[in-house]
Amino acid sequence: MSRITTAASAASAAGISQPQEQPALNKAALAAAPESYEQTHVHNVYESIASHFSSTRYKPWPVIASFLSALPPGSVGLDVGCGNGKYLAVNPNVFILGSDRSANLVRIARDHSGERRCEVAVADGLSLPYREGSVDFAICVAVIHHMSTRDRRREAVGTLLGSVVEGGRGKVLVYVWALEQGNSRRGWDARSDQDQLVPWVMKAKQGGVDGPGNAETTYQRYYHLYRKGELEEDVLAVGGRVVESGYDRDNWWVVASRA
Amino acid sequence: MKILSLNFLTCAVKACKSSSASYPLHPKDAELVQDDIELNPQLLVNLMPRIDWSALSTTATELGFPALPAQPPTPEELEADEQKLKDLHNLLMQTQIMEGKLVCGNCGHEYAVREGIANFLLPSHLV
Repeated sequence: MSRITTAASAASAAGISQPQEQPALNKAALAAAPESYEQTHVHNVYESIASHFSSTRYKPWPVIASFLSALPPGSVGLDVGCGNGKYLAVNPNVFILGSDRSANLVRIARDHSGERRCEVAVADGLSLPYREGSVDFAICVAVIHHMSTRDRRREAVGTLLGSVVEGGRGKVLVYVWALEQGNSRRGWDARSDQDQLVPWVMKAKQGGVDGPGNAETTYQRYYHLYRKGELEEDVLAVGGRVVESGYDRDNWWVVASRA
Repeated sequence: MKILSLNFLTCAVKACKSSSASYPLHPKDAELVQDDIELNPQLLVNLMPRIDWSALSTTATELGFPALPAQPPTPEELEADEQKLKDLHNLLMQTQIMEGKLVCGNCGHEYAVREGIANFLLPSHLV
């Protein structure tokens, strides 16, 4: 990483724009310390790109919007990893507590549909601050694929299931990025490596004091890409029940309940 | 953060979850604001079964609100008495904690609330 950064800053100091080499994912570092790996390759990245990221994420996905719209009025739920809050106000007749690991994204989410209209907190998906079995539903969209070991991904699913009411009435909706996305520009398929660093390129503001006009910063986000059936396996492994599952625009999703 | 949220929040420390002392969290040095939010009677009436009334009474008292009745209002009472509905709406939906702390009664950990946002990230020794 440091070698690449140095090369890039030398190039940008010289005013030259050159394509950057995509760094390899360091599996040993990930395995040795998953939490600090995620701090570097997930949490720090979202904290840095929050407002740029938010400006590109405004349209609710239809499967999630219809899940939320079908909830009975007065339902209470969680949006774990709520990002910029785009799902918090889809259904005005339910109460959603949003949370995210990124304080910058949480601030954006709070004001998503008017000043202080959305309920949000800064929290970690593996140490959620909600009383167990207390809510009707939980959604968790594009979050668990950022966790770097299978144990942590399963623990995240288990934590979501633990937060909803018992007896099959509590529903959890999880969305994760798929390995099988033959039609996307990323070009991954079933034979690709499931653990990937995915670049987020942010252009610096034009016309800086001394920088070149088109300086770019590239952040590397860690993703675990789910293969077909893997998400359902994780639900079953933590004692959940799969109510419904499917594939939607490069993602696998599942609706689960407590068994 | 709304007072309603406090009814669902507890300590983020796993070891505290099984202790009744960790719920509800206790507001400390709380600065409150009243927001003007449109009353949604159906939402309010329907979410009553999810409210832990005894915890809400504790929270209301700790924040200096008048004592709540011993029993939660029934849907019929709320539909018949607009003032009851408005009082509940005011407490649960319109009152926000803007600054202060939320304290766990079990481990004593204090979670900061700034600009209406509570931060539940734990120091590494508590994860």
